[in-house]
This record gives sequence, C-alpha cells and structure tokens, in this order.
Amino acid sequence: MDKVQNNKAWFLVLPVLVLVAFSAVIPLMTVVNYSVQDTFGNNVFFWEGLGWFEQVLTDSRAHSALGRQLAFSGIILAIQIPLGIAIAVCMPKKGFWASVCLVLMALPLLIPWNVVGTIWQIMGRGDIGLVGYSLSAIGIDWNYARDPLHAWITVVVMDVWHWTSLVALLAYAGLQSIPQAYYQAAKIDQASRWSVFRYIELPKMQGVLLIAILLRFMDSFMIYTEPFVVTGGGPGSATSFLSIDLVKMALGQFDLGPAAAFSLMYFLVILLVSWVFYTIMTNLDKAEGR
Amino acid sequence: MVQITLDNLAHSYLPNPQSEDDFALKQLDHVWKDGEAYALLGASGCGKSTLLNIISGLLVPSRGRILFGDRDVTHQDTVARNIAQVFQFPVVYDTMSVGDNLAFPLRNRGMAPAAIAAQVQKIAAMIGMEDQLGRKARGLTADAKQKISLGRGMVREDVNAILFDEPLTVIDPHMKWELRTQLKALHNEFGHTMIYVTHDQTEALTFADKVVVMHDGRVVQLGTPEDLFDTPEHTFVGYFIGSPGMNLIDADVAGDTAHCGGHAIDLGGHYRAPQGRVQIGIRPEFVTLTTGDHGLPVTIKRIEDVGRHQILRAEFAGKPVNAILPEGFAMPAGANRLHFAPDRINVYADDWRVAPLQAVATPERKAV
Repeated sequence: MDKVQNNKAWFLVLPVLVLVAFSAVIPLMTVVNYSVQDTFGNNVFFWEGLGWFEQVLTDSRAHSALGRQLAFSGIILAIQIPLGIAIAVCMPKKGFWASVCLVLMALPLLIPWNVVGTIWQIMGRGDIGLVGYSLSAIGIDWNYARDPLHAWITVVVMDVWHWTSLVALLAYAGLQSIPQAYYQAAKIDQASRWSVFRYIELPKMQGVLLIAILLRFMDSFMIYTEPFVVTGGGPGSATSFLSIDLVKMALGQFDLGPAAAFSLMYFLVILLVSWVFYTIMTNLDKAEGR
Repeated sequence: MVQITLDNLAHSYLPNPQSEDDFALKQLDHVWKDGEAYALLGASGCGKSTLLNIISGLLVPSRGRILFGDRDVTHQDTVARNIAQVFQFPVVYDTMSVGDNLAFPLRNRGMAPAAIAAQVQKIAAMIGMEDQLGRKARGLTADAKQKISLGRGMVREDVNAILFDEPLTVIDPHMKWELRTQLKALHNEFGHTMIYVTHDQTEALTFADKVVVMHDGRVVQLGTPEDLFDTPEHTFVGYFIGSPGMNLIDADVAGDTAHCGGHAIDLGGHYRAPQGRVQIGIRPEFVTLTTGDHGLPVTIKRIEDVGRHQILRAEFAGKPVNAILPEGFAMPAGANRLHFAPDRINVYADDWRVAPLQAVATPERKAV
C-alpha cells in the first residue's frame, strides 16, 4: 500500500517557527545587521563590512576582557568541580540527613542572581558586612572596591557559594546511580577508599561531570549580574568580564557596531565550546556501547 | 581454607523484626565443609543472596554467629575473612585494562609483580582472554565483562572460599557450559570451598557435590543431586527440581495405602496417619500410562514431544498430573489410567516429607 503523504501536517510546526523566529532568529539577525553597518544616528546606516570584527579582534581592551573571562571561568571550574565532588562523596547516601543536605544544597541555587550579588556586596563591606568587618577586625584592610585582588576574591567566592551546589548535586546523582555491587566487589578486592573513588566513582561520574563542567563553563562565561552588582566591573576594569565589557560598549558608549560584532563572536565561542562537549559526550557514550 | 559454620544464623533487613515473616533469612544452622562445591538453589527472593553476603561479610547478620574453623568472624569484614565473591552482574573497573582488572585484588594485597603477572596470565588463559589483556575493559560485551569478574574472583589462590552469586546470568548458553566446566576444573585443582548461588537447577546439579535448596528464607534440603531427586524433603524441592516437577496429589494416607478421591494407591512404606494437609508426591519419571482398572483415572490434556521423551499432561480432580513417556511411545487406545511406582512415592504433611515407619520391599534409601 502506498503511504499517504499529507504535507498539511507541516502547518502544525508553524506556531513553533513563529515563536522561535521572534525569540531568537529575529533578534540575532538584528545583531548581525548592526555588526556589518555603521550609523551616525537618525536611523541612517552605512555598510561597514567586516570592519567591526577586525576592530574587535585587534582591540586590546577586548583581549584583556577575554583574558579576565578565561581566568575567571578557569578559577571557578578549578574550585567548584573538585569541591562539588568532595561534597557529593561526603554527603550521606540516604535517610533524614541526606534530605536535609539536599535542601541546604539547593538553597543557593534558588536565589535570584541580583540578590546573590547584593548579599555578597553587603557581606564584603568593611563597615557593616559580616565578612568584610571580620577581616578588618583581624587586621586585613579589606576593600573590594579599591583592591583588584579583593574584588576578584569576592567575585570568585560568591560564585563558588552560588554554584558549587549544582556540581555537588549532579555528582551526587551520579554517585547514587552506581550499583551497590561495585562497592561490594571493591570490598572483596580489598580496594582502598582512594581506589574506590579513582576506579569506580570517578569513571561512573564522568558523564554527569562533563555536563557539570559544560554548564558551569557556559554560565561563568556569560556571567553578568552578580559581578555587576558587587563591583560594577571595577575597580577600574579589574572585574570587567566579557558581558560586562560588552554592555559597557553597547549601552554605555552606544557603540552598536563593535558591540554587535563582539556579541556574535562571543556567541560563536559558546557554540563552539558546547559542540566540543557534545562531541566528547557522544563519543563517550559510543565507547560505553550504549 | 577452612570449614564455615553458620550457628543459629538469622537475618532481617528491618531494624526491629517482630514476627518470623520479617526475616529474610530464617534461623539456620549449617556447616559448609572445607573444599566442597555447594550449590545454593532457590527461586528469586528466597534469601540466597542474603545468605551469601552474610558469609562473605558484606552483611552482618541480625542474629547468630559465623565461624571460620574455630574463629568467630561474625563482625569481621571481607578482607579479614579472605573471601572472593563474584556477583550476578558484571563488575569491572572500566578505566583499567583487562589485565589490570585481574591483577587488582593481588596488587591490593601487596603481591610481588612477577607473581601477579604469572597469575594473571594463568587466569586469562582460563577465561580465554589472553589476547585482550592490554585492552581497556570499557566497551567490552556483557559476557566478556562477566568473564573478567569471574577471573577476578578466581585470581587469588589463598582464599578461604569463593562465592558465586548467579554468575552466569548474562553469559551466552554455550559459554555458560564452558565456564562451568572451568569452575569445576578449578575446584578440582585447588579444592577451594565454593558456594554457587543459582536459580537454575541444571547449573546447580552439574556444578555441585552438594545442593542446598532454599525456600522462603529457609534451607529446606541439603543433599546430593540424587537425594533431591529421589527424596525431596519439602514439596518445594519436589516441584522446583525436575522438569516437569514432582506431581503432588492430595490424599488420605493410612498404613501402606493412600486414598485419592476414592482411589487406592499402593505406597512403598508404612505410615502412621500423618496430620495436616497430606499429599503424595511422585516424579513424572515414575508414572506410567496404563489401561484397565488399576491406577488413577485421569483426563488427558495433551502430549508434548520434547525430543528425548514425551511429556503427558493430564488432570486428576482438576489438578495437573504429568508423566514422562519414552520416546516413540505409542498411546494404547483408551488409555486413561496412571500407575505410580510404589517405592517412588513420597508422603508429605504440610509440605514436609514424612518418613515411612518401615519400607515395604523397597531398596535401601540413603539416610538424609
């Protein structure tokens, strides 16, 4: 029997297409439009070609923002991933305290980003903040608004506080899915606690850890709200990460063209990193024979 | 290598067990003799794995003691007990090579590298993976992984016992036979005490010198395969072992006769009228189809030809009765009676076998 072809079904996709068009495609295309044009106001535009892209690529300010961004993402990954794993390994596996831990861990994740920023902005203040006051009391002249190192420490600690839970929860889920027989076999084989971690837990957590790294990388790479609230990108431009710098350029200086070119390249970097992770993960799945 | 004694053992997974039903493993006294190969046979959920984990030290029993020789090891861990155990599903260390997997238990015990290498080679030959020693264990098939698990279980020669928890579940049928043969060979060579948990009767009967049958958290019989076949101590053993299992028919038993729905059946022994629910049990192998007035009248349902023999499926008083007929047996016209060989009939009261007071003209039976 011939299959009945009914292409009218395609109309059912239309609402989604419209939604995606308005939420993603059209705004993105607007940015593309700005990135290749220049304007002197009055809605009059001139063709600029790839000029803005060249300018951004050779701009030392963009380079240093990118450097700061990579340093920030690298630092928080280096802290949050091991710390999250350590917390997950130490958490109780079941019972009342497991639930208590899970709820406590989830709390920071539920707090809106600008509130997190505000919390740490106040915490770090030398006059009324718990952390800032305590540090000043023991003789450290703590001032994140003046000292770039203090600003960095504050922003990093804030991010660790906010997001380590996510890594811990993902790692915990990975640990919970390991069948009991593995631990029993390890006992029979007289494996040390370290061997259990190294040869059972870590390999079994590989999948969720990759997801954790991907999520934390992308989020930290796009971080804006929290450092903006705490330091406003300062002192100077010490904590001006990519998005803060981008917003300064686009809205502060109203350099639409370079900002648009910058955004597109920013977007492509994130797309590229996601693709790399996706490839690694699918290859791992293949190796597992799944 | 030692004798393992279970003394008054019982286990419940509940913190405060109230009734007997709360126990996954009901009270048990048992001695596993040094160097014997045992099969622990039973349906899923009967407490086999619980018992195994208690012996290996992965689980501390709620009650009772475990002795290795004269040493009380109830609260010692598996390392102190020096036991090897293989689990139902393959457990391999994915990131290690096949060879490192096999060497892992030996390295953890600080054996010399040269000795480890020799032992790994030997075990690899046994499981047929010599050419894959350098390969990562990740991505191997399930039965290759299980072979590694088996190899890791057997790699230590000084263990007190090797426990197998349904180890061949995921293995291909032809490989099953081969590995079982290897296990037997290993047992003959080193004389380890081996306890092999399975729900497959063929596996149990071919592997073990002694079979321990468990049912509902209890050991219902310990015996040689012949004991289990000839004199099942519990109706569960009767129908769990054998294919098809033992026929069980409600009966009134008095003296050397059983009455089933008004039909008299000769028994091989004298019985004082047993109390409770009384049944007679006969294996289909000892049931013959006859004509005439003797035997139990049945309704024949169908005959299945299974190759070496035929299975007659019949019904008596609404309950199934089976008989095994020889290959090529031609059904006599009008045959509708089943004859039971008297000395092969066992009598059960409330599921437990009742021993006859004296046998009537039967060959000697083994004392159980």
